[in-house]
Amino acid sequence: MNKKEWPLWEVFVRSKNGLEHRHFGSLHAADADMAIENARDVYTRRSEGVSIWVVQSSDITASNPEESGELFEPAKDKVYRHPTFYELPDELKHM
Amino acid sequence: MDIKSLEDRFEAKIAAGESIEPKDWMPEKYRKTHIRQISQHAHSEIVGMLPEGNWITRAPSLRRKVALLAKVQDEAGHGLYLYSAAETLGITRDEMTEQLLSGKAKYSSIFNYPTLTWADIGAIGWLVDGAAIINQVMLTRTSFGPYARAMVRICKEESFHQRQGYEIMLTLCNGTPEQKAMAQDALNRWWWPSLMMFGPRDAESPHTEQSMKWKIKRKTNDDLRQQFVDITKPQADILGISIPDENLKWNEASGHYDFGAIDWDEFWQVVNGNGQCNKDRISAKQKAWDEGAWVRAAAVAHAEKKANKKQKLSA
Repeated sequence: MNKKEWPLWEVFVRSKNGLEHRHFGSLHAADADMAIENARDVYTRRSEGVSIWVVQSSDITASNPEESGELFEPAKDKVYRHPTFYELPDELKHM
Repeated sequence: MDIKSLEDRFEAKIAAGESIEPKDWMPEKYRKTHIRQISQHAHSEIVGMLPEGNWITRAPSLRRKVALLAKVQDEAGHGLYLYSAAETLGITRDEMTEQLLSGKAKYSSIFNYPTLTWADIGAIGWLVDGAAIINQVMLTRTSFGPYARAMVRICKEESFHQRQGYEIMLTLCNGTPEQKAMAQDALNRWWWPSLMMFGPRDAESPHTEQSMKWKIKRKTNDDLRQQFVDITKPQADILGISIPDENLKWNEASGHYDFGAIDWDEFWQVVNGNGQCNKDRISAKQKAWDEGAWVRAAAVAHAEKKANKKQKLSA
């Protein structure tokens, strides 16, 4: 008997039109069609969604937490990218 | 970075209340503890479907039947959320299933008790789900991210489980004397095993200290058990049935209910495989696993065939 495990899929659900798809969790399925059907049963039993995306987990490339410093720290000292960096008089309106 | 500084950084993160995510460095013992705890939790959800499934075909009305079906379906979903959380730590689904079937992994001992009457379905929803909710609400703040997120989802869904159980009890208690006696009998049988669900006393719980330090648990077994007794006694009063413990009484000084001694010998007997239904539960899971083998294989074969066809069409 074939002992191959079904691959793992990541499930993204759009809660309602106008909102983005959000990561809901993961599940096993033999192929994409089955993954959608299983996601419907596992993650939207109480009308939590109007649209589902599935992607095989092995197709996701994730950043390495060990490299978080190199990746994210350069943004920390760039406060001038935020509106509050600019000093303007209080009486100025609509800006 | 050497192990010592990795450990220091990990401990500092825990102390600061940050979540640990799957790809973060973690001590091997933290990983193993989580695999053990999350998979046990998942197995409990899955095995927990069996005692309740026993009554689906015999539910007394269509309303009760759809509710029970939905509840059992939820338990399957909760098992899946938890298996997925455990898989992020590097164990496969098949390995977990094999550990359940071989007895290497445990599940909550409560599911080794039989469901003899319809009132047991009410008592399980009220008491067993009630106890589980207390434990799970605490776990929504556990330090491992995927486990905490699974708990948030589960807690949201679980409150209907307890309410449907209590409603069954309420209906029986407002019914004929025979129905009320049936509810009392169910409470008599499920009360003590429900208290045991919180695990051994703190003094005898080998994992508690480390689990509190790593913020896996936020409250001890004894604290959670006390919380359950305090919440549940007034609920039994509303039903008009009595908790089978002559030492249960309000303690003005402590602001809690005192309660009698738990039969820990029974607890360990059931944990170690000698409960009324241990063999039935595992053989039911083994049967489902064996008889489902061809379905799992056929699904893979079908998926491969479809993929090949698609490839040929696009070639």
